Amino acid sequence: MAGNNGLKLVLAWSFVGIPLAWGVIETLFNAMKLFQ
Amino acid sequence: MAASFLARERTVAAPGYSRWLIPPAALCVHLCIGQAYAFSVFNLPMTKLIGITQSAPDDWKLTDLGWIFSIAIFFLGVSSAVFGRWVEEGGPRRAMFTAALCWAGGFLISAVGVYIHNLGLIYFGYGFVGGVALGIGYISPVSTLIKWFPDRPGMATGMAIMGFGGGAFIASPLSVWLMREFSTSTHVGVAETFIVLGLVYFFFMMVGAAIVRVPAPGWVPAGYVAPAAPRKLITINNVFVYEALKTPQFWLIWWVLCLNVTAGIGVLGQASAMSQEMFPGRITVSAAAGFVGLMSLFNMGGRFFWASMSDLVGRKNTYFIFFALGTVLYAIVPFAGGSGNIALFVGCFLIIISMYGGGFSTVPAYLRDMFGTQYVGAIHGLLLTAWSAAGIFGPVIVNYMRQYYVDHGVPKAQAYNTTMYVMAALLVVGFICNLLVRAVHERHHMQQTAEAGAGALGAARSAR
Repeated sequence: MAGNNGLKLVLAWSFVGIPLAWGVIETLFNAMKLFQ
Repeated sequence: MAASFLARERTVAAPGYSRWLIPPAALCVHLCIGQAYAFSVFNLPMTKLIGITQSAPDDWKLTDLGWIFSIAIFFLGVSSAVFGRWVEEGGPRRAMFTAALCWAGGFLISAVGVYIHNLGLIYFGYGFVGGVALGIGYISPVSTLIKWFPDRPGMATGMAIMGFGGGAFIASPLSVWLMREFSTSTHVGVAETFIVLGLVYFFFMMVGAAIVRVPAPGWVPAGYVAPAAPRKLITINNVFVYEALKTPQFWLIWWVLCLNVTAGIGVLGQASAMSQEMFPGRITVSAAAGFVGLMSLFNMGGRFFWASMSDLVGRKNTYFIFFALGTVLYAIVPFAGGSGNIALFVGCFLIIISMYGGGFSTVPAYLRDMFGTQYVGAIHGLLLTAWSAAGIFGPVIVNYMRQYYVDHGVPKAQAYNTTMYVMAALLVVGFICNLLVRAVHERHHMQQTAEAGAGALGAARSAR
């Protein structure tokens, strides 16, 4: 049960985390213009 | 078959189901509906649907397109208030499924509107149908998260509501990329982008609906012991959704949210123009865009940080921090502008905007403390009308006051000063409203045993 849960957790968090991380990185790159 | 899949009973978690699967389920919905904050990326392309390279006489005007977002936010407040009880009693899966249908449907209707060049259809599609999706989707995971995380309700709802702030980060670059891929020399590509977004969001939200579970009756996290008696401002009783409207606490928290949001939303919408006008020649257009991006990050991060912090210091104290610190920071902004201190100006607004986001994410747990867990989602839905009201107050105050002072000869760099003091004054009023919040009188409590208390007694099962 614990191993099964672990895989589900990795998949579920990756499913939402990867797009969010991509969006945050894109925004951070744009935000750097403030300091240039 | 489909109805039973959506039924609340079918979403009751089996023993051993990890509660940490619930935040990603909630994020699946909130990251999608958070696209609303990025809708403005379509405004300019939609002014060139006929002219392609520049606006033709029959093309839509920006002022007409601005109504799409306003209508959607209006119906967010209306639908969360109207459907709150339905969401609460029907369970999170049915609500998430409905939100997914409406959200995708809104995009598809709007794609038709773009294709046949009918703005009314977009008002209906994205504004009304999409607005209903926003309201239902926004409140759908809130009470579920609170029930799964009785030990950390602020952190749990903060994670979900952080997704609403973060949705724009994904939607904005994705929409720009899609429009670029679909555009040709005779075509802007907005309709196709709407179709793709609608389908992608539907899939994403359905994954959330499939994952989500409600805890079994009596379930509590391992090691958690629910308080047997209410603490000063944390009840173990429940208040019925419409009974909450009869309590002063509901209206005080309504004003707390409304004033906190009013102070933030006005500057959020005007951040780009304000920074350029207060620092002419020093903050360029692209730097201002970077400033707006940074504010969005703090808006999102603040939702998680402040809501998590509220689990440690208490909800009322968290709002005291928002109002006291916010008042000081708003009062400092004119000084930062006058002295030309960009770092101070940027720092003030980043903290202010983090507290704006924190106000949204901390309020569900505040309501839980006041009114119990049973109808917290529905009560939260009613409270979101404060957001709709603030969506009108905030921009109106900032825009009209600025215009008034510019029309009366005040230099643009100083035109925002009085507005900042007005915002500080609003936060003082919010501080007083928060100060007046007391525990709900017992005559408003429902008769049954409080779920939290029952949970402590019947903690037969637990899961991590």
